[in-house]
Amino acid sequence: MHDTISTPRILVFSTEKISDPGIDQAGLRKIHYSPAVYTISVPCSSCVKPRWILHAFERGFDGVFIAADGIECSYSPHCSDQTNALIEEAQRQMKERNISPKRIRMAAICSVCAEPFANHMANFTKILTELA
Amino acid sequence: MAEQKRVGVYICHCGGNISDYVDVVALRDELAKDPDVLVSKHLQFACSDASQKEMEKDIRDQHLDAMIVCSCSPKLHTHTFRNVAARSGLNPYKYVQVNIREQCSWAHSDHSAEATLKASGLVRAGKERVLNAEALIPIRVESRQAVAVIGAGVSGMRAATALADMGEEVFLIESAEKAGGQVGSRAKLFPDNSSGAALVERMQGEIRKRPGIKLFTKATIQNVSGSLGNFTVKVSVGGGETLSLNAGAILIATGYDDYKPLTDEFGYGSGPNVMTLPEFNALLESGSGDIRVGGRAVKRIAYIYCVGMRQVKGPNAYCSRACCTAAISSALAAHERAGGLDIFHLYRDIRTYGKQESFYERSSKAGDSYLMYSEKSPPKVEQKGASLGITVKDSLTAKTDIELEVDLLVLVTGMVPRSDSGNIASLFKIPRGSDKFFNEIHPKLRPVETVINGIYLGGSCQGPKTISESVQSSLAAASKIFGVIGKGTIELEPIVARVHEADCSYCGKCAKVCEYSAITEAEHGDRRVAIVNSSACVGCGICAPVCPSDAIDLARYTNAEIESMIDAFAAASGIVPSASGEGDASGKESIQMKEFPARWNTMLAAIGDEAMSIPAIAGATGFDAQDVTFEVMTMVKYRVLVPKGIDDDDEYYSYQRKW
Ligand SMILES: Cc1cc2nc3c(=O)[nH]c(=O)nc-3n(C[C@H](O)[C@H](O)[C@H](O)COP(=O)(O)OP(=O)(O)OC[C@H]3O[C@@H](n4cnc5c(N)ncnc54)[C@H](O)[C@@H]3O)c2cc1C
Ligand code: SF4
Ligand code: SF4
Repeated sequence: MHDTISTPRILVFSTEKISDPGIDQAGLRKIHYSPAVYTISVPCSSCVKPRWILHAFERGFDGVFIAADGIECSYSPHCSDQTNALIEEAQRQMKERNISPKRIRMAAICSVCAEPFANHMANFTKILTELA
Repeated sequence: MAEQKRVGVYICHCGGNISDYVDVVALRDELAKDPDVLVSKHLQFACSDASQKEMEKDIRDQHLDAMIVCSCSPKLHTHTFRNVAARSGLNPYKYVQVNIREQCSWAHSDHSAEATLKASGLVRAGKERVLNAEALIPIRVESRQAVAVIGAGVSGMRAATALADMGEEVFLIESAEKAGGQVGSRAKLFPDNSSGAALVERMQGEIRKRPGIKLFTKATIQNVSGSLGNFTVKVSVGGGETLSLNAGAILIATGYDDYKPLTDEFGYGSGPNVMTLPEFNALLESGSGDIRVGGRAVKRIAYIYCVGMRQVKGPNAYCSRACCTAAISSALAAHERAGGLDIFHLYRDIRTYGKQESFYERSSKAGDSYLMYSEKSPPKVEQKGASLGITVKDSLTAKTDIELEVDLLVLVTGMVPRSDSGNIASLFKIPRGSDKFFNEIHPKLRPVETVINGIYLGGSCQGPKTISESVQSSLAAASKIFGVIGKGTIELEPIVARVHEADCSYCGKCAKVCEYSAITEAEHGDRRVAIVNSSACVGCGICAPVCPSDAIDLARYTNAEIESMIDAFAAASGIVPSASGEGDASGKESIQMKEFPARWNTMLAAIGDEAMSIPAIAGATGFDAQDVTFEVMTMVKYRVLVPKGIDDDDEYYSYQRKW
C-alpha cells in the first residue's frame, strides 16, 4: 500500500448507472475528497459479494463504502434489503476476524450526489481515523 | 513457462485535464516495466482519430491480446475504444477503460502527487482486470418485425402510427372500450384550446389508414413470455377469444389515474358543490351559459391546488406538473362561458412552467385572486347552507386567516399511478419507482428504456406529463425500438449470470431473488442445478452474493476480475511522486490539429465561423451540454476557441474559433 498516503484507504463499490455519474460529477466540479478512495463500478449494489469486501480488508483497506441506488434502483424494488443482507453477512464474517463492523458503510448516492459523496468520504475518513 | 501477455496501455493527457495533475509520463514508464505490457504510451488525446489509428496499428502489428485506455469516465468513451478493438480484430471485451480524469485528476487536483499515486493503482488495476477478462461474444438474436403497444391513449396511438410508418407491424392493445385515454372526452385542452375528442378522432383516422396497425379494444393481457426479439403477449379480447401476439419489442403506454380525494378531504363528498378538476372540466364542457350546480348558478369559485400531490408524509411526494396549468385554463374557460365570475386560486406554488406562464398572466388580468397556503396549514372547508365557507391562512399576507364564501370548490387533483400498475409491472417484470410509476433506466441518459431488454416506456405511465411531453416520450421510445429491432438481428451485451454447475446443488436461493425469473432448476447428470436463461437475464448480479457455495458469477464481474483489481489498488506503486507536485509539463506543448479529439472536430464544424453558446453547440452536435462544457473549457485553455462575450439574448457566453 502507498506509504506516502497515511489517510485511511477506502474501497467504494458504486453502481454504474446511478452512483457513478454522481461520483464523476464530484470530479467534474472539482469537489475534492481523499485520494485514498478507490472505486469499483458494479451494475447494482446488491451484486457485491461479501468475499470481495473481506478481500479488501485482507489487502489492507481500512473501510468499504457501498454507494447504492436505494429506492432508485432500476433492477429491483428490494435492492436496499438485498444490499443490507449482504452487508450483514460481510459484517458477520468481519466479526470472526475481529474487524469492526463500523468499517463498512452504505448510503444512497444518486447521479447528482456530488457533494453528498464527498461529505460521506470525509465523514467515513474521520470515523476510520478514529478507529485506527 | 507461462504464456507471454501482450497488453497495450494508453494513457491520455486529455489536453492537460489529466496531465496537469497526474504525471502521465511516470505512469507510462511504470507500466512499460510491467512484464505483461507490450505497448505503453501516453497520448495528448486518446480519442482523437490519429490516436485511434495508432492503437489500431499497435493491436495489429504487435498482436496485442488486451488493451486499456486510461482517460475519462467510461460512460463517455467505452464504445469508442471497444470499436477500435473490434476494428482491429481484438475482442471488444478484452478492452477496459480506466477513469483517471473524473475520479482522479479532477477529484484530486488539490493533491497532485497523491493523484499520480492513485492513478498508478487505477491503471494497474485496469491492467489486471483486462488480463482476467473473458473474450465475450455478444448474444445475437433474430427479431420479429412487430411491436406490441400497450394502451391506446395519445401516447400509444402516436407511437403506433410512427412505428407503422417505419415498417413495423403494430398490435395496439387497449383495455377500455375505445381508444383515446384520459383526453378522449375533453373539449378544450391547453395550450391551444384544441378539442381532445377531435385530436383522438384524428389519430384514430391515421390508425385506420395504416393496415399494419391492429387495434384491439376491451383487451386484457393474460400473460407475457419471451424476450427481446420474440415476445409472446396473450390477450383476451372482449372477454372472448384469447389471441397470442408475437412481437419483437413492447411499448408500455398505459397512462395514469386521476387522484380520487378521500372522503371529506377538503369537503369532498359533503355536497355537489365540491368536485375534482376532471369532474369540473366535464361539467364545464357539457353546456353553455351559466354554470349550474345543485340547481343554482355559480358566481364564486375557489380552487384548491395540489390535492393529493406533493405530500410530505403521504405516498405522492411528486408534483403532477400539468394540473396548475389545467386548473388555470379551466378558470379561463369558466370566465369565457359564464362571465361575471369571482375566482379564487388557493395554491402552494404555481407551476405554469415554460410557455404555460401566459395562462397565469391571463387569469391574473381577468381579475382572479391568488392566495398561497402551506401544506402545514391547509384550507378548512365547511358547508354553509347552499354555499361553502373556506378559511385559508394566506402565507403572503402576514399569515392572517382569510374567510371566503363560494358556490363551488374545485379540487385540483393530479395524476397518480394506475391502480392496476402493479399488475402490469409483474406481467412485464418492469420495476416501479417509490412513486409507483414505471421506472426508466436513467431519467436523463436512458429515459424510455427499462432494464428489460425490448420493453420500453412512453407517456404518462412514467410519471405526470402533459400531452406534448407524453407524445415526445412515446415517439422517442418508437425510434429507440426501431433502432433496436429494425435491422432484424440484434446484438446484446453478453453481461449475464452464469452458474458453475460443479458447485451448485440447487438450493433455489438465487432463483428466489431474481426479479426476472431468469433462473430455473434443471437436471445435470444425476444432480439438480440452477440454470440461467441468458435472454431473460438483465445482468444485475443480485443472484451472485446469495449463493451459499459461490457457484454464480456475472460476466465481467467475476471474483478474479474484482479481486485482482483490489490487489492492484493495494500493491505499492513503483512511482516516486515528484516533490513539486506540479504534474506533467508536457501537457502544455502546442498541439497539432490532427490530434484534436473527434468530438472537437464535430464541435468546430458546428461552430463554423460564427460565435456560439454552449447550449447552441450542444444542440447542433447532439452532445450532452455538460460534456460540451468541459470540452469548451479545454479548447479555450488551448486557445482553440476564444470567449467572445455574452450572446444576443444576454444569457450565455459565446465562443468563437481562434483561427
Ligand atoms: C386534470 C387534468 C387535466 C389535463 N389537461 C391537459 C391539457 O389540457 N393539456 C395537456 O397537454 N395535458 C393535459 N393533461 C395531461 C394529459 O391528460 C396526459 O398527458 C395524457 O392523457 C397522457 O396520455 P397517455 O396516453 O400517456 O395516458 P392516458 O391518457 O392515461 O392513456 C392510457 C391508455 O392506456 C390504457 N390502458 C391502461 N392500462 C392498460 C392495460 N393494462 N392494458 C391495455 N390498455 C391499458 C387506458 O385505458 C388508456 O386508454 C391533464 C391532466 C390532468 C390530470
Ligand atoms: S402542477 Fe401545480 S397543482 Fe399540480 S401538483 Fe404541481 S404544483 Fe401542485
Ligand atoms: S443477474 Fe441473476 S438475479 Fe439478475 S437477472 Fe440475471 S439471473 Fe436474475
